[in-house]
Amino acid sequence: MGTFIVRRLLVALGVALTISVVSFMLLHLSGDLATSIAGPEATAEQVAQIRVEYGLDRPIVSQYLDWLGGALQFDFGRSYYYQSTVIDLIVERMPITLTLGGLALGLAVCISIPLGVVAALKRDSWVDRLALLFAVVGQAMPSFWFGLTLIVVFAVTLKWLPAAGSGGLEHFILPAIALGYYATPAMMRLTRTGMLEVLESDYIRTARAKGLSTTSVIFKHALRNAIIPVVALAAVELGFMLGGSVVIESVFSLGGLGQLAWDAISRNDYPVVQAVVLIIALFYIVLTLLADVANAALDPRIRTR
Amino acid sequence: MTVSTSTTSRASRAPAAGGRARALSEVPLPPTAWSRVTRKVFGHRGLAIGLAIGLVCVGLAVLIALFAPLLAPHDPYFQDISNRMVPPVWHDKGSWTHVLGTDKLGRDYLSRLIYGTRISLTIGLVAALISGVIGTTLGVLAGYFGGRVDAFISYIITTRLAMPVVLVALALASLTGGSLTTVIVLLGLLLWDRFAVVSRSVTQQLRDAEYVYAARTLGCSLPYILVREVLPNIAGALIVVITLEMAHAILLEATLSFLGMGVQPPLPSWGLMVAEGKAYMFFQPWVIAIPGVALFVLVLAINLLGDGLRDLNAPGGRH
Amino acid sequence: MPLLDVQDLRVDLPVEAGTLHAVRGIDLSVERGEMLCLVGESGCGKSMTSLALMGLLPRRARLSAGRLDFDGESLTALSERRRGQLRGRRMAMIFQEPMTALNPAYTLGNQLCEAFLRHRLGNRRQARERAIELLERVGISAAAERLAQYPHQLSGGLRQRVMIAMALMCDPDLIIADEPTTALDVTIQAQILRLLRDLQQEMGTAVIFITHDLGVVARIADRVAVMYAGEVIETALTQALYANPSHPYTRGLLSCIPAPGKTPPGSRLQAIPGVVPSLVGEVEGCAFRNRCPLVREGEVDAARCEHTPELRRLTGDHQARCHYAEHRAATRVAQPELSP
Repeated sequence: MGTFIVRRLLVALGVALTISVVSFMLLHLSGDLATSIAGPEATAEQVAQIRVEYGLDRPIVSQYLDWLGGALQFDFGRSYYYQSTVIDLIVERMPITLTLGGLALGLAVCISIPLGVVAALKRDSWVDRLALLFAVVGQAMPSFWFGLTLIVVFAVTLKWLPAAGSGGLEHFILPAIALGYYATPAMMRLTRTGMLEVLESDYIRTARAKGLSTTSVIFKHALRNAIIPVVALAAVELGFMLGGSVVIESVFSLGGLGQLAWDAISRNDYPVVQAVVLIIALFYIVLTLLADVANAALDPRIRTR
Repeated sequence: MTVSTSTTSRASRAPAAGGRARALSEVPLPPTAWSRVTRKVFGHRGLAIGLAIGLVCVGLAVLIALFAPLLAPHDPYFQDISNRMVPPVWHDKGSWTHVLGTDKLGRDYLSRLIYGTRISLTIGLVAALISGVIGTTLGVLAGYFGGRVDAFISYIITTRLAMPVVLVALALASLTGGSLTTVIVLLGLLLWDRFAVVSRSVTQQLRDAEYVYAARTLGCSLPYILVREVLPNIAGALIVVITLEMAHAILLEATLSFLGMGVQPPLPSWGLMVAEGKAYMFFQPWVIAIPGVALFVLVLAINLLGDGLRDLNAPGGRH
Repeated sequence: MPLLDVQDLRVDLPVEAGTLHAVRGIDLSVERGEMLCLVGESGCGKSMTSLALMGLLPRRARLSAGRLDFDGESLTALSERRRGQLRGRRMAMIFQEPMTALNPAYTLGNQLCEAFLRHRLGNRRQARERAIELLERVGISAAAERLAQYPHQLSGGLRQRVMIAMALMCDPDLIIADEPTTALDVTIQAQILRLLRDLQQEMGTAVIFITHDLGVVARIADRVAVMYAGEVIETALTQALYANPSHPYTRGLLSCIPAPGKTPPGSRLQAIPGVVPSLVGEVEGCAFRNRCPLVREGEVDAARCEHTPELRRLTGDHQARCHYAEHRAATRVAQPELSP
C-alpha cells in the first residue's frame, strides 16, 4: 500500500510537470509571440522592444525555467491586459468557478444516483426507459446551446431567474443546471449498471435470507457497493466540469476562471492563459488522486491490502 | 495506476467502455456478425428502435451533405439585406421562399443548415480518423508490449487526460487562426485518448490469445501480427469508439465555433449559426433553436448508432 | 405436527421457449431437530426448492403449493412483512459460495449482528457477545478480533464457518444449507460437515441439507429425499435408502460412488448415461425412462412407463416414484460405509 501511494504520487507529480511544459510551450510553439502581442500595426522597433521587455529574446529553456520557478511560488507574471498580476486575477475569479463546479456536481449527484438506483430496481420499466432517454439526451445536448435555451425559457420567458452576470446564488442556478446535466448521464449509467450487477450478487441473497427489510438490503448492502466507482467518477467529472466551465461561464457571462481564460485567449493575454490551463490541470490531477483515495476508503479490499 | 482510475472514469463517458472492450474480445466479430445483427435486431425491440433511428438519421445526414448543392433552395452565402430575419414558414410572417427563414444578413437559413451538415460531418469523420490512427497505434503498442512501453504510453494518456480539452483547443485554435483545416487537425490531435484506452485494454487480452501466440511461435513478423491478427479483433471495439468520438468532435467544433475560435464566418457551421443568432434569441428564439436542434439530432443519432453497435457486440444486450 | 410440511410444491419460471417447471409438485416434511438431505444432480430443482421455502425466489418465478406450512402456519398466506420476520429469525440459510456470499464492504461483526438486531433479540452488546460465542463454537480462534475483519481477509473454509455462525445467530428452528461444502477443499469439507452435524444435534435445529453427493448424505442425514427432474423420486430413512435403494435412479447414483474396499482398484466408476429431460413444457410419463437401465435392458414393460408414476409407499417411511420399485436389478449396488 505504501509503495503504491508513493508511486501514485510520483506519477501525479510527473504529469503535473509535463502539463506545465505543455501549457508553456502551447503559446510559444505557434508563431512569434512578440509580433502577436504588439499587434498588426506595430513597427519592427516596437516588436523588438517588446521582445526584450518580455524576455522573449532569451533561450526557450531558460524562459521556461523562469516561468516554472515563478509558478512554484504562485507567481505567474503580470497580465498583458489587466493592470494586475495573474495570480491576483485567478484568486479573484476562482471562487466563482469553484462554486459553479460544486453546485453542478451536487446537482448531478442528487439526480444521477437516485435515478440510477430506481432505474436498476425497476429494470425495463417506464422509469428505466425514461432515465435512459434522459441520459441519451444529456449526452447529445451541446452544453452552450442548452445554456442558451435555459436562458430563453427561465430568464426571458418565465422571468424566474437572472439571465447573466455574477452576483448572488440565483445567478448560479441556471449555469449549474447546464453544467450539471453534462455530468449526469455517465454517473447515472454507472450507478444503474453497478446496482444491477450488485443486486444479482450472492451477498444480496444472504442479506435477504436474514430477513432484512428491502430498504436495508438496497441501501446498506447494495448501494454501498455500487456507489464506489460512482464516487471516483464524480471526482473526475468535477475536474472535467472545471475545464468545461469556460463554455458555460461565457454563455452566462459568469466571471469565473473560464470566462477569464476565454477573454485572455481573445486578447492574446498569454500569461493568464498558461496559468489557467495549468491550474485547471492541477485541479484535475488532485481530483483523480482524491478519486483513488475515495476508492480505497470505500472499498475495504483495497484499504486493507 | 494513475491510468486505470482516470481512464476508466473517462471512458465511462462512453458508458462502460472497459466492459465493452472485455465483452468484445470474447466475441470476435467477423464471421457471425451479420447473423447476430439480424437476430438481435429482430429479437430485441428497444435495441432495434435505437439502432434504426441512429442509422436512418446518420444516413440522411450523409445524403444531405453529399447532395447539398441539389437540396439547398438558395445560395447559403447570398446576402439579401432587404430580407433580414425572416421567420420560418410555421410563423405568421413566414413564407415558403425561406422555409426556415433568414439570418441577420438575409441568408437563407435552410440552405445554411444543409451546407452546415457538410462541415459537421467532415469534421467529425476526419477528426475521428486522425485521432483513431494516433490512439490506436499508441494503445496497441502499449497493450502488446506491456512493461516499459506500456508505462510510458499510459503516462502520455494520463497527461493528455489531465489537459482541459476545451481550453487547450480554444487557445490553439485562437493562435492558429481557426480555419476548417486547423480545427480538424487540432481536434484529431486532441481526441485520441479513448481510442488509446480501449485498444490498449483489448490488445492486452489478445496478447496471450492462442492464435496470437501461434503466430508468434511461427515466427511471424511483428507488424504482421499486429496488423493481421490484433487489429481485426479490436475493430469491433474501435468502430464503437469512432462513432462516439465523431459525436464528441462535432460537439467540440460547434463549441469552438460558438466561442468564436473555431470555424470562421461566413462558413455555415452550426455552432457559428447559434453564436450569430445569440443576439436575437430573446425575440426570435428560432434562430438558435434551429441549428441547435440540428446539432442535437445529429449527435444523438451518432450516439444511438454507437450504443446500438456496442450492444450488438456485447452478449446479453444492454445491461 | 412436523416443523415443515410441504405438499405439491411447484415453481414455474417463464423462459424464452415457454415455461420451465423447475419444481414439479414435491412433498416434504421435516421434523424438529431432524436432518433431511435433499439429493440430486444440478438442475433437478433442489436449489429452487430451497429458495421457495425461504421465500427468496426470483421475482419472475411463480410458486404454488397445496400446503406450505411452517410450524403450523401457512407460509403462502403470510404478508411479505410477516415473512420477513420469519426469515433469518426462525428459518436461516447457508449458501454454496462462501467467497461471494458475504458483503465485502462490511466487517464480519456487522454482518453477524445484523439479523440479531433486526429481529430485536437484544442490544448491540448482546449481539456482539452472541457473535463471539458462536464464532468460537464454529471453531474460529480469536473471535473478538475477527469481528473487526472483512470477509476478504478470511479463507473460504473460515468464511463458511462464519456463514454457519451467522445462520445460528437467531437460534432458528430450521436451517437450509444449499451445498455448503461444494466450493471447499476436501479436507475442509469434512470439517464443515462434522461441525454442521454436531451443531445440529447440540442445538436441536432442523436442517435441510442440499447436496449432489450421496457420499456426504450417508455421513450426516437422518432422512434422504432424492430429487430428479423437479420431483422427489425416492425418500426414506438414510439406513433404509442405502440398504434398499428402490428407484433405478437412486441405484445409479449410489453406484457412482466408489466404495473403499469394495470397488476394485482400477475398475471403471459407473455413470448414468443420458441426459435429464428438458423441464420446459409438460413432462409426460416417467421422467427417468429415457435413462432407465430397466427400460434399456428390456426388463420391464416400457409402455407402462409412459404413464406418470406416483410416489408410492413401499415399506414404512420408504417411498419411491417408480412402477417397478419392487423390481430388483440383477446388479447389486456397492454400499458406501455409513459413518459412525
